[in-house]
Amino acid sequence: MKLIYAIIKPFKLEDVKEALSEIGIEGMTVSEVKGFGRQKGHTEIYRGSEYTVDFLPKVKIEIVIPDDLVSKAVTTISESAKTGKIGDGKVFVLPVDDAVRIRTAEHGDEAL
Amino acid sequence: MGFFKDHLRPVFVMPNIKTVPRLPVFSLFALLIGIFAFSAICTAQAPATGESVTDVVIADTKVEAEATLDSGNTAWMITATALVLFMTLPGLALFYGGLVQSKNVLSVLMHCFTIACLMSIVWVVCGYSLALTEGSNEWIGGKEQFFLAALTEDGLNGDFPESVWIMFQMTFAIITPGLIVGAFVERMKFVPMMVFSVLWLLLVYVPVCYWVWGGGWLAEKGVIDFAGGIVVHATAGAAALVLAKMLGPRDGYPKRLQPPHSPGMVMTGAAMLWVGWFGFNAGSAAAANGDAGMAMLVTHISAAAASLTWMFVEWSKTGKPGLVGIVTGMVAGLATITPASGNVGPMGALVIGILAGFVCYFMCGIIKEKLGIDDSLDVFAVHGVGGIMGTLLVSFLGNRLGGQGINLDSSMEQFKVQATGVLASVALSVVATVIIVKILEAVCGGIRASEEDIVNGLDQSHHGEKGYYNL
Repeated sequence: MKLIYAIIKPFKLEDVKEALSEIGIEGMTVSEVKGFGRQKGHTEIYRGSEYTVDFLPKVKIEIVIPDDLVSKAVTTISESAKTGKIGDGKVFVLPVDDAVRIRTAEHGDEAL
Repeated sequence: MGFFKDHLRPVFVMPNIKTVPRLPVFSLFALLIGIFAFSAICTAQAPATGESVTDVVIADTKVEAEATLDSGNTAWMITATALVLFMTLPGLALFYGGLVQSKNVLSVLMHCFTIACLMSIVWVVCGYSLALTEGSNEWIGGKEQFFLAALTEDGLNGDFPESVWIMFQMTFAIITPGLIVGAFVERMKFVPMMVFSVLWLLLVYVPVCYWVWGGGWLAEKGVIDFAGGIVVHATAGAAALVLAKMLGPRDGYPKRLQPPHSPGMVMTGAAMLWVGWFGFNAGSAAAANGDAGMAMLVTHISAAAASLTWMFVEWSKTGKPGLVGIVTGMVAGLATITPASGNVGPMGALVIGILAGFVCYFMCGIIKEKLGIDDSLDVFAVHGVGGIMGTLLVSFLGNRLGGQGINLDSSMEQFKVQATGVLASVALSVVATVIIVKILEAVCGGIRASEEDIVNGLDQSHHGEKGYYNL
């Protein structure tokens, strides 16, 4: 199994969630994060003083899925989160040693 | 948002007396007790003269105790009092609160609230008496009303209760030190802040109030300051600038500042200030009449004109019209009309508002960038400069464009008196602020919070509270 975590633009969350649901991935963890890559921040001006805001709001989606769904999931996320403009984000794939369902104590792929 | 709710179990914690900063808190209590004691001693020594204690002086009108109560004026003055208190609680508190970082929002609310409480006490112990009752000279008032000893339920100030007059004026005494908060946000120690406010009220506000409104030397010269351009805005602005310089700038100033954490909160507070200002200016007519009505009208026009002016200037300079900007323009317009609100006409107010929007906008940049002083929330640039400008402008606009007139025969004569008032009051405020800060630095071991406290945010380090959970 693999952990896929993706940093995407916040307004794309609904699109990604629906797209993943269509390929059978229903569960996910979402957090609000800040960051930047090559997308620059912006400047705000209040009362004659300039404030540079480097960190941009983003959303991080994390899903743990069986190996056979990984490449489909990565493609789905990439396509549904894409706007074509700078700052679209990134997807990362990491190995996972184990997963446990807390209610039933199932292990491995059954827990996903 | 709101994913992880902190689980807070109420636990009774024994107060740890060691965490109370002993010497500064002791100095605050000593100061308050000293004020009480001094006032008590002065009261005890006042010989019984047999004079009617309900005679009070307003400007140059002495009213006999047989004057009757006008319920319309009374009702308005009570209402105006509530409106002006509303300007501080929570108007100013929210206005300033939204401008700072979220980790300091509670400390700003705390400053305003605490100052309101402290000034109330000092005002009734000796402030009112020294500021607004007849003294033996033209520099400071008398002691007959220490502890409000001569106040009776039926006692009148003109044709409304003296109790209401005391309260109305108290709300001015509350908001003036409250304005200074804007200069020292996010980095001043709590106890020195309290002691500073008390001392400043007594050494600056009270004397200047007497000079202008209590029948003192400026009133005798014919100065025009209808609702506090000199007494409130110029003095507070000057003190703010000096205090900001002596305290040192905020963490990260000037290149790594954080923008206002809640522009919405700023606008909410500003809106309360606009509404409350009707009490501030129209209430200064001390009557429910045409003067009050006109004062309200011109106040409003200045606010609207200054708001739009600032918005357009900012739009042209930065490319976007901002919310924080437009409400700051509003404050500038209101501060500037304040001294002139009893004398100028609607078109004069329009001129004042437009000038306020322009001048104060550029003053913000001048203070912060050219002078390099972190008067964090632009108290001097907006209130100080606004109050001074309005005080001077009334010389020329009071007798033009539908104004009701000025006190002296010519604009130039009036201007000289206005300028004298401004210079004297600003000078007192500057000198007194320097002296108070020097004393506080010695007694309290510095007035600036520690670097660690500043970085963690005063809400947590000074007040043990968090403004927002899950952020």
